[in-house]
Amino acid sequence: MTPDSSRRRLLQTMLVASGGLVLPSLHAAPTAVPLLTRPIPSSGEQIPVIGLGSWITFNVGRDPQARAECADVMRQFFAGGGRMIDSSPMYGSAQDVIGEALQAIKPPRLFSADKVWISGGARGPGQIETSRKLWRVPHFDLLQVHNLLSWDEHLKTLQAMKKQGRLRYVGITTSEGRRHGEIEKIMASQLIDFVQVSYNALDRDVEQRILPLARERRIGVIANRPFRQGDLTQALAGKPLPGWAAEIGCTTWAQALLKFIVSHPAVTCAIPATSSVAHVRENLLAGTGRMPDEALRKRIAQDVERLA
Amino acid sequence: MSEWWTYSLSDFLMFSQRSYYRLIALYNEAVWPTHLLGLAVGLAVIVCVARPGPQMRRVALLALALAWAWIGWAYHLERYADINTAGPWFALAFGVQALLLGFLAARPHGAAPARMQKQVALGFISLAVLAYPLLALGGGRAWGQAEVFGIAPDPTAIATLGVLLGCRAHAVAWLIPLAWCAVSGATLMELRVGHAWLLPTSAILAVAAGLLFRHSRYSPP
Repeated sequence: MTPDSSRRRLLQTMLVASGGLVLPSLHAAPTAVPLLTRPIPSSGEQIPVIGLGSWITFNVGRDPQARAECADVMRQFFAGGGRMIDSSPMYGSAQDVIGEALQAIKPPRLFSADKVWISGGARGPGQIETSRKLWRVPHFDLLQVHNLLSWDEHLKTLQAMKKQGRLRYVGITTSEGRRHGEIEKIMASQLIDFVQVSYNALDRDVEQRILPLARERRIGVIANRPFRQGDLTQALAGKPLPGWAAEIGCTTWAQALLKFIVSHPAVTCAIPATSSVAHVRENLLAGTGRMPDEALRKRIAQDVERLA
Repeated sequence: MSEWWTYSLSDFLMFSQRSYYRLIALYNEAVWPTHLLGLAVGLAVIVCVARPGPQMRRVALLALALAWAWIGWAYHLERYADINTAGPWFALAFGVQALLLGFLAARPHGAAPARMQKQVALGFISLAVLAYPLLALGGGRAWGQAEVFGIAPDPTAIATLGVLLGCRAHAVAWLIPLAWCAVSGATLMELRVGHAWLLPTSAILAVAAGLLFRHSRYSPP
């Protein structure tokens, strides 16, 4: 064992003990700084704490220039150690844009997360198959019932697909604090692997019940809208970073906001969406280095509330 | 969908301002130089409304019917549907409006507008045909992203409200243009476009003018 690998093992042990964050395996894609991972609670599979969302940013229609830019973002994301890309049939051309880029990039370790969003369970399989073809993947890793639409019927379909080996994980989603009561009931009563909710330094409702319930029920948490669709970073633009930012290796507000999210012990990963290569690099850096502890997380939330 | 009440306006905004105006730029590039025809037809509509008469009314309404049909197909169905899942529904609505305008054109001439009513109508049409394309420059965008009457839906909807006002058309013919002003205005507001207020304001003013001049009588020039 080399000194480097023993140091890595030691760091991994320390990080596991401090909340489940671990360094990536030595077989991960080469990155300048290792991207931290978290275990998916239901399986133990490690997943990088920073994923890539596609809401709005990847819905660029047939615009060849914009499609090439989206492919560049994905290329940078995978090169930086990213794995999870999340989309939905609700996102216009985003699925096709992702599929076209995947075909060109051929990433070695994609974690494909998509959704079913259609009224009535009978129409679910058809929509899932259409989505799969647009993504150009043999199967999805994760399928989620989008915004709980016809959730009871779709969950049956997704569980059957998982049983047949055509799907690895099942989840549900909501955003912007909608229907949290119903989300809790489903989390408590159904066997699901993931729940996707909005969570950021200002929208912290999920800390009360959903995140603790996720830990209790061993459900992975995907945090969407980490920047409130850009409003949060815009509101903080030009405001100097407080002193604590340097302590956790943050040079931008976006990194601090992401570190706040992924350092919550119940959160598996955050999925910031961007159409900028520079931003995806910046986001990935938030999944590296030191994470804030509970006291610092409180301070970050207070400072963001005060400044945003 | 059974849970509409859980969605907000922002949930239906599926694209960025950049994607929206890139779409318009690519559309403009693809259909150029149809814009010159659009501008010429727009000027002809202004003349028709300025000199009211059965024939002029028919020409203006037919020109609008063609514009709505073209935009429904070339813009909504062929392009906007790429980034907005509601695109095909908008195309259908524009097709229905084209039929309605064609039907109105075929009907015998109704009452002519009062002088003030005609001037207000001309104001709306001039705004749509002459001023609306300049908004691109005012908003810091390139000429290629200009929205031209007969090519783009927003100026066409405003011009249509002007013509309907000038023709004293039946209220049914107003419904789709007004609905489009609401839908597109809301989209532009969510996209934080500077002139987002223009469409809903035009719609409100056109309705107010229509109600105000409802009982006014024809005043010869």
